[in-house]
Amino acid sequence: MANYSTNEFKGGLKIMLDGEPCNILENEYVKPGKGQAFNRVKIRKLISGKVLEKTFRSGESVEGADVMDTELAYLYTDGEFYHFMNNDTFEQIAADEKAVGENTKWLVENDVCTITLWNGSPITVTPPNFVELEITETDPGLKGDTAGTGGKPATLSTGAVVRVPLFVQTGEVIRVDTRSGEYVSRAQK
Amino acid sequence: MQPWQPTTKHDARVARAELLRTIREFFYARNVLEVDTPLLSNGTVTDEHLDAFDTQFNFASSGKPSKLYLQTSPEYAMKRLLCADSGSIYQVCKAFRHEGEGRWHNPEFTMLEWYRLGFDHFALMDEVDALLQETLNTAPADKLTYQQAFQRYLNIDPLSADDDVLLKAMKERNIDIHAPQNLSYDTKLQLLFSYVIEPKIGIERPCFVYNFPASQAALAKLSPADERVAERFEVYYQGAELANGFHELNAAKEQRLRFETDNEKRKENGLPTKPIDENFLRALDAGLPACAGVAMGIDRLLMLKTGASHIKEVINFSVSRA
Repeated sequence: MANYSTNEFKGGLKIMLDGEPCNILENEYVKPGKGQAFNRVKIRKLISGKVLEKTFRSGESVEGADVMDTELAYLYTDGEFYHFMNNDTFEQIAADEKAVGENTKWLVENDVCTITLWNGSPITVTPPNFVELEITETDPGLKGDTAGTGGKPATLSTGAVVRVPLFVQTGEVIRVDTRSGEYVSRAQK
Repeated sequence: MQPWQPTTKHDARVARAELLRTIREFFYARNVLEVDTPLLSNGTVTDEHLDAFDTQFNFASSGKPSKLYLQTSPEYAMKRLLCADSGSIYQVCKAFRHEGEGRWHNPEFTMLEWYRLGFDHFALMDEVDALLQETLNTAPADKLTYQQAFQRYLNIDPLSADDDVLLKAMKERNIDIHAPQNLSYDTKLQLLFSYVIEPKIGIERPCFVYNFPASQAALAKLSPADERVAERFEVYYQGAELANGFHELNAAKEQRLRFETDNEKRKENGLPTKPIDENFLRALDAGLPACAGVAMGIDRLLMLKTGASHIKEVINFSVSRA
């Protein structure tokens, strides 16, 4: 992988830091009146997700990270790995539990997810912003109630628990925002 | 492809023209003479953290191609005028630094530099303050020594603290340096200053910081009262370092020594050494009258005047569109 000088730093550039691929979020050039110039950089570590600030001497070079995003459809899990497929080439790839993390609860068969690959291996799995899932369990609500009264918890087919309005019942399919984990609407079928 | 259009709006161009007129009136009223000196020079700065652009001159009288440097400031040439009895002088010119661009930085920028005979750094700070009041409508400035600034905001004495104390303070403030080996004492002070002190000073009104450590003297006299500090100042306002001034060193011998020390440091750090400006040293030898001088970044001043958030909003064609 190529090295990048601090002059090339900008938001979105992927570099290696402490053995971990990172995404540069912000880069600021700092130069004291009579002194060494620095680049003050905000970075997200792509595996741990940690955001940190690091200062580089201007002109210093760092190793680039071979990181790319691919759009793959979720197939199934065998309990240990989560299997995805490229809908164009039918090539399959398996992500481990660490890469999927908490997002297992948003994986719906055939949904296209963003898989971030580092040196060809998946490091993160990002589900679509909205998924549709069936409610497997929720308390029966009162008839005539409308959304906005605080709602009730509902367990979905993947095990995810979200708050839903009282009028939504077990067996219904709902639309959820995976970024906030919030109920959006009943699925339109 | 870069757009051909300027990065400025018309208002910024009007503000620049007005600012330059105010500056010229300010110095006219004070009987300071406007001068002009070359941008290209045979000698250049030795400072290890300053890098000059250079170019090849194919028509030198020697018959051999020679290297010419674009000035990083008009300091040496203006001091040669002072040595030739010019009296107090000022100049508005372009200066060039071979370094990156950023919010407050463009490799080519406009500098206002002036020298006042018989002034020390205190008298000159007062005049800089007056100019800021006139151009930016600021309240009278605060003044802090470098030592007071560190004691107030970091509880550290920058003139006597151990290296470890600085490292610990950096760690506590989450200043995380990639490859932290070989950070000099001064660089640590500068990082702490930039990251911790700078954001806290000069917010309501400009703030002068003066009496820098002797190791950061540059071209300033050492203080006769305390040789650990140099009679150098900087002024900060709303996040910008606006100016740097000196009670000027006028001892040719010491000046040569500082240049040579700079070149030694360059060698130690694997940087090319730079040709010392011998014309400047010979002028100092002939005698520089007692004076103080200061350089001010006009583009930064304009940024504050117009509320710009990036220097390219006040420079018609910043480096990427130049």
